[in-house]
Amino acid sequence: MLTIQDLSFTVPSENGEKAILKNVSLTIPDKKLVVVTGPNGGGKSTLAKMIAGIEKPTSGKVFFEGKDITDLDITGRAKKGIAFAFQQPVRFKGIHVLDLIRMAIGKKITPADACEYLSLVGLCAKDYINREVDSSLSGGELKRIEIATVIARSAKLSVFDEPEAGIDLWSFQNLIKVFQKMRAEIEDGSILIISHQERILSIADEIVVLKNGTIDRQGPRDEIFPTLIGTSAAVGSCRKENAYNEDGRCK
Amino acid sequence: MKLNDLQWQILEEVAELHKTPEGAYNIRSDSQSAGRRSTENVEIVSKTDVSGLEIHIKPGTKKESVHIPVVLTKSGLKEVVYNDFFIGEDSDVLIVAGCGIDNCGNQDSQHDGVHRFFVGKNAKVKYVEKHYGSGEGKGKRILNPQTEVYMEEGSSVTMEMVQIKGVDDTDRTTVARLKAGAKLVVRERLMTHGMQRAYSKYDVVLEGEDAAADVVSRSVARDDSYQKFDAKITGNARCHGHTECDSIIMDRGKILAVPALEANDIDATLVHEAAIGKIAGEQIIKLMTLGLSEQEAEEQIVNGFLR
Repeated sequence: MLTIQDLSFTVPSENGEKAILKNVSLTIPDKKLVVVTGPNGGGKSTLAKMIAGIEKPTSGKVFFEGKDITDLDITGRAKKGIAFAFQQPVRFKGIHVLDLIRMAIGKKITPADACEYLSLVGLCAKDYINREVDSSLSGGELKRIEIATVIARSAKLSVFDEPEAGIDLWSFQNLIKVFQKMRAEIEDGSILIISHQERILSIADEIVVLKNGTIDRQGPRDEIFPTLIGTSAAVGSCRKENAYNEDGRCK
Repeated sequence: MKLNDLQWQILEEVAELHKTPEGAYNIRSDSQSAGRRSTENVEIVSKTDVSGLEIHIKPGTKKESVHIPVVLTKSGLKEVVYNDFFIGEDSDVLIVAGCGIDNCGNQDSQHDGVHRFFVGKNAKVKYVEKHYGSGEGKGKRILNPQTEVYMEEGSSVTMEMVQIKGVDDTDRTTVARLKAGAKLVVRERLMTHGMQRAYSKYDVVLEGEDAAADVVSRSVARDDSYQKFDAKITGNARCHGHTECDSIIMDRGKILAVPALEANDIDATLVHEAAIGKIAGEQIIKLMTLGLSEQEAEEQIVNGFLR
């Protein structure tokens, strides 16, 4: 279980300071899939990065499994069982997909074992296992590998920052299945997804709406989801993929 | 072959040898030949005028290898060695060279290897050269390889040149001349640390129609080390040339990259790329989210980069 207490984050701006997060308090319970949604610029990605330790809060506390991890660095949090999938995955020259999956698992595994994770995200494993995680991969391929590395970690808390960004529609359908499977197989951990996607919101146990750096509302999916339909916090896959015809209908 | 543990250890570093290699070989240890074998198709003979070897590979020789590693373990030893390779037409061979110096004394040890390759028509060569230094002495470990490659029509040469550790000072010069349809691929990996200095110079001339060269150097400069990469490709006909220098700079390292292209024919297509930068912060962050420490993340990134 992750608990965030009074978390604030400010950055310098032209007019002095700008608050990105304002006294946010939130709990991600065990055995739940929680989706944080809300308009762009509302502080969602910053919140995810605070949980992974990539950004440090200006004030407030983060507790994980009852322990204060506010001062713990990225590595320390990863070792405690927090996994993080980047919105824009990082490329590496010379590091192979297999290396990355091995690092994620933390031990040497056979290529066949690594292939299992790649198959989960719809990549034909044998074509990818020895590829470099560099610019030869497309954005969508890279994104799927990123998600595979997080699944491979089997972490107590898996955080996905806009997993749908940069993924084509076909892959998106599979992505939903991946999350559904993860949700079904949760034992004592939890999943946190940052997303605007209706389809992802529709599989959440709980939904949190973050707006202007504060929690606008939160609760069970059935309570929150209907209030979001048609707003920028819950868009259909067409809008997200910019796949409209000029007449406003889906391509 | 009589070699001590240290000498075998160096052989393993530079030529991945744990025992006497298959095929033709000459192992040079502290300026002496520690062992040699010629085969039916590969003849190794000593030069008579200067120190070094002549390696004659018969035309049509396929899937054979030649190992000619060099080991230096005596402090203060300085040598210049001239090795000439005559590679027959239509042959397909692997040549493994490489030099390791262990210097535990206070005098400089130096090996200057001059390798010339005369590659026959349609012959195919893979050349692997690793350089390595060890030893706690104050004496420097100096390696100055000079490689000349003369390629006949339709031949192809792939060179892997690696210097990852322990060489204090190096001047590497590689010269290549390519006739029509010849293809040269060079993959250089270089890491310098401490106060080391490395200078790598390429001069590749594409003389014939459809000759092609791809020279890629990846390097890492750590601590207070210095590197200079100087690569020139000249195109004198319809040809393709590409040179790339991609470097990671760490600590107080310094790198100078000087790529150069010269086109003397309207149909010469020549490209150069050079990039120097520190390890991207986001790469370290990504690996830290997988549970690696900052230092472990850096090591993984550097090891991958120099793979």
